[in-house]
Amino acid sequence: MSSDFPWLTALIVLPLVGAAVLWLLPAGARRHTRTVALAFTLAEVALGVGALLAFDTATAGKHQLLETHQWIPSLGVSYAVGVDGVGLALILMSVVLVPLVVLAAWREQGSEGDPSDRLRHFLALALVLEAFIVAVFAARDVFFFYVLFEAMLIPVYFMIGAFGGAQRRYAAIKFLIYSLTGGLIMLVAVIALYLQGPGGPDGFLTDNLTNLAIDPTLEKWLFAGFFLAFAIKAPMFPVHTWLPDAAQNATPGTSVLLVGVLDKVGTFGMLTLCLPLFPAASRWAAPFVIVLAIISIIYGALLAIGQKDLMRLIAYTSVSHFGFIVLGIFAFTSTSVAGSSFYMVNHGLSTGALFLIAGFLVARRGSQDIADFGGLQKVVPVIAGTFLVAGLSALSLPGLSTFVSEFLVLVGTFARHPAAAIVASLGVVLAAIYVLWTYQRIFTGPVRDGLETMPDMRNRERWAVAPLLLAMLVLGFVPGPALDLVRPPASVTLEQVGVTDLPASAAEGSNP
Amino acid sequence: MTFTAPHVDWAHLSPVLIVLGAAAVSVLLEAFVPARRRRTVQLAFSAAALAGAIVAVAALWSGVKSSGGVRVLGTSLIVDGPTLVLQGTIALLALISLLIIADRTSTGEDAFAPSAASVPGSDYEELARRQGLAQTEVYPLVLFATGGMLIFPATGDLLTLFVALEVLSLPLYLLTGMARRRRLLSQEAAMKYFLLGAFASALMLFGIALVYGYAGSLSYADIATATQNPTGLDTLLLVGAVMVLAGLLFKIGAVPFHAWTPDVYQGAPTPITGFMAACTKVAAFGALLRVVYTVIPGLQWDLDVVMWTVTILTMVVGTVIAMVQTDMKRLLAYSSVAHAGFILTGVVALDAAGVSAVLFYLLVYGAATIGAFGVVWLVRERDADGVILGEATHLSQWAGIGRRHPWHAGAFALFLFSFAGIPLTAGFVGKFGVFSAAVDGGAWPLALLGVLASAGAAFFYVRIVVLMFFSDAPADEAPAAAAAPEETDVAVGGGTSPAVATLVAEKAPALTTTVVGTEGFAAVAIGLCALTTIVLGVFPTPVLDVISHMSTFLP
Repeated sequence: MSSDFPWLTALIVLPLVGAAVLWLLPAGARRHTRTVALAFTLAEVALGVGALLAFDTATAGKHQLLETHQWIPSLGVSYAVGVDGVGLALILMSVVLVPLVVLAAWREQGSEGDPSDRLRHFLALALVLEAFIVAVFAARDVFFFYVLFEAMLIPVYFMIGAFGGAQRRYAAIKFLIYSLTGGLIMLVAVIALYLQGPGGPDGFLTDNLTNLAIDPTLEKWLFAGFFLAFAIKAPMFPVHTWLPDAAQNATPGTSVLLVGVLDKVGTFGMLTLCLPLFPAASRWAAPFVIVLAIISIIYGALLAIGQKDLMRLIAYTSVSHFGFIVLGIFAFTSTSVAGSSFYMVNHGLSTGALFLIAGFLVARRGSQDIADFGGLQKVVPVIAGTFLVAGLSALSLPGLSTFVSEFLVLVGTFARHPAAAIVASLGVVLAAIYVLWTYQRIFTGPVRDGLETMPDMRNRERWAVAPLLLAMLVLGFVPGPALDLVRPPASVTLEQVGVTDLPASAAEGSNP
Repeated sequence: MTFTAPHVDWAHLSPVLIVLGAAAVSVLLEAFVPARRRRTVQLAFSAAALAGAIVAVAALWSGVKSSGGVRVLGTSLIVDGPTLVLQGTIALLALISLLIIADRTSTGEDAFAPSAASVPGSDYEELARRQGLAQTEVYPLVLFATGGMLIFPATGDLLTLFVALEVLSLPLYLLTGMARRRRLLSQEAAMKYFLLGAFASALMLFGIALVYGYAGSLSYADIATATQNPTGLDTLLLVGAVMVLAGLLFKIGAVPFHAWTPDVYQGAPTPITGFMAACTKVAAFGALLRVVYTVIPGLQWDLDVVMWTVTILTMVVGTVIAMVQTDMKRLLAYSSVAHAGFILTGVVALDAAGVSAVLFYLLVYGAATIGAFGVVWLVRERDADGVILGEATHLSQWAGIGRRHPWHAGAFALFLFSFAGIPLTAGFVGKFGVFSAAVDGGAWPLALLGVLASAGAAFFYVRIVVLMFFSDAPADEAPAAAAAPEETDVAVGGGTSPAVATLVAEKAPALTTTVVGTEGFAAVAIGLCALTTIVLGVFPTPVLDVISHMSTFLP
């Protein structure tokens, strides 16, 4: 296809069309709900691959596939999309996860042709969310980014509130209020930032708002406004408390999209908005942010060890992992920033797999309580094996892709803040405890009464999980192509922040 | 002594003249058209009048755009850009409201008492109901009120301002007292509204006298000149200006002049509540904008304290009290108080961006408000025998209606999201406009407080969405009845205290909640409001452009 093809717009529009088709599906065709949804999400993956081919990896640090059109000129708002390596990697990760969620959502939402028709609404909402997510990773206009940042709350809110577990209403409201509060404070910062910029009909373009000469005090406030919103979304200590509730009460499919993809918008925003827009304030705030990140790493891991609920446990491991990502971003070395970017992708794959497999277990047992499981290794060996692989990826076992990214983050951080890197390494140890201990409690020992007949993984479920495990292995052994995508943007980011890179030569040499 | 007839520019008065003239003719129609055809004739005639006003505004548009504005009747009325935008908005919103006011729903009954003069609970009232009487005087009353609203933002001197205020208020007092159900509550609301309104009018009149004493003129232009460099009689002027502002803020429903809002919004017939909440607010904000921008800019330093205090109080009090409401109409009333606060942040900004932001906000807020009250009016109680009763306004009665009536609940959720300012709804663009005007005008603390209040407000809007979509309908349980007010067709109840409601509930028959069908008018109106909310949320540019070219006041 020609290089002018609007890849990103197509990626945004296709899921929306899919959602509309699902909602308008005539009663007779509703038996095919899942097939239709799957077809759209797979077509989206194909489009994503097309975008990757159209993307020039040699200049991954530059934003490409750009499209800019005026949207609300009187407010200075444009429809502007474009991706650098990081944005593209995250978009690819997102579009790969959605079809797997569609596959996995077989049971939990009621079967096809169910009179309540819940599955159709769920999948349509997931497609709407997919469109917003792709758009938010591609947005090159601060206002457009903000609009998507807020608008995507609505589908998630309905996905949690209408399809979740016992406390779903509480969880949905808590999620929405936390996110809205952060978002609205960010809105004031967005407005104030615009007023500092050149204004005019495209005054909100990210490119027009970088390199502004902002009063240092104001810059710190604006940074704080943006950072708070992203920290809530990410989520970081101490504004993480909505996530465990949301993950516990949402369906596994929702959790995959929420934790695996949506929360990346927080760290992605720190990387692509906070740092370039407010370089001086970012440098000023870095020590404080790093301390928060380390607290998140340790605190999230400790709480994960203490959880009785499987879904809450996975949510807390994510708090810990997001700590690593933020640590890498604010350590300001090209190795650590590239590591964090790569970590965002890997965390999506790893957590996605964990939530999906945990979802299979929960659906079979009817309980999320870890104490209700035991000895399942003999009964469901395939589930046990895949869970172990996904769990090992969470503790960053060498050979799996998460190891590469976590290692890069730690090595990169060590170059600038040795103490921080050493404390953060404790998180790796704690990760080993929560993963292996959970595995032990669920899968080893004598088989619990009533669990002897638990069916093992079905073909559909295997198809949902296999691509994730495969991707983790491939990216673990051959991380080169992925790193080619995220390294150049990391260097660009450092230039924008205005810090000199500290070489982490050890990291370069020891890449597997 | 000779009398020189003033030159009257009739053309520029046409929107006002059409509506007020139609109102006068409408009274005659009441007298001469046979009873059974009266409703049809009145409805068609009123709708045509309001549509005519919109056409008249459109016809004046390009002339005013190029000339900047015209003074009519001496300096009594000013037809400039903001006037036309506001008149167009008011006429449009009134037309949409009229459709809901006219709708008799599938129950065959409109929202008004069959004979407003009958004593509630009397034999006569029952007779009137059985005879199928209808109080078609509603139509001329709405037209008169709309006429007053059209004048209100166009006024060029304080006396005309006061007269317009009375013209728009008096019909509203009457309309408030005409509800078909819960008539005592409705009449009580009308009485409260009238007394408090009269009090506010008196305050304003006294303020006008004081300002006149200072400036020696009632005309805005003269007062503005006199207040450029206030010296000497400062106190007189300040007190006068504050009292005039108080009169306007009363109509807006700003704290501390908001006390009437919840009672009146709750007691009035719901279609009238929508009309009043949307159109009155547009008109009153129009008048306030003109006064603040063209009459008292010289007093900015002195009055900033007053305006900031009122704005902050309005946002905070409206939001906080709305959080604990259990009645849908009262909740929307407090939410309208909070929105008055949000709009005030744009007024306080005192720049051109502020004017156009406020004008846009008024349009989108009005559309969402009329739509929301339209839906409230269709959600009804149904007793064990399947007889449709009054509106189910207790929040618990809304549980689960999203499952059974997805379209109504969906539209209502859309309006709530717009109120909450979620992006891609018109409310977001409106909020963005006023807050960015406030930040630009140096009032960033107000904007910050505004967004925090918005987050708080989102809490109770979202709670309703949760209730509609995620809660199960109380099919076998009694919670619907637990809160259902005591009510029969002749509605003797006025008691709103929870204790009374609970006492009665134990004996009350189980009521279920249902959504009644419309004759089509209300459905069209709600659909229009929903369409406006979405279109202005996604593609606001044309309207924003149009408004920003018309946002300069004639000094």
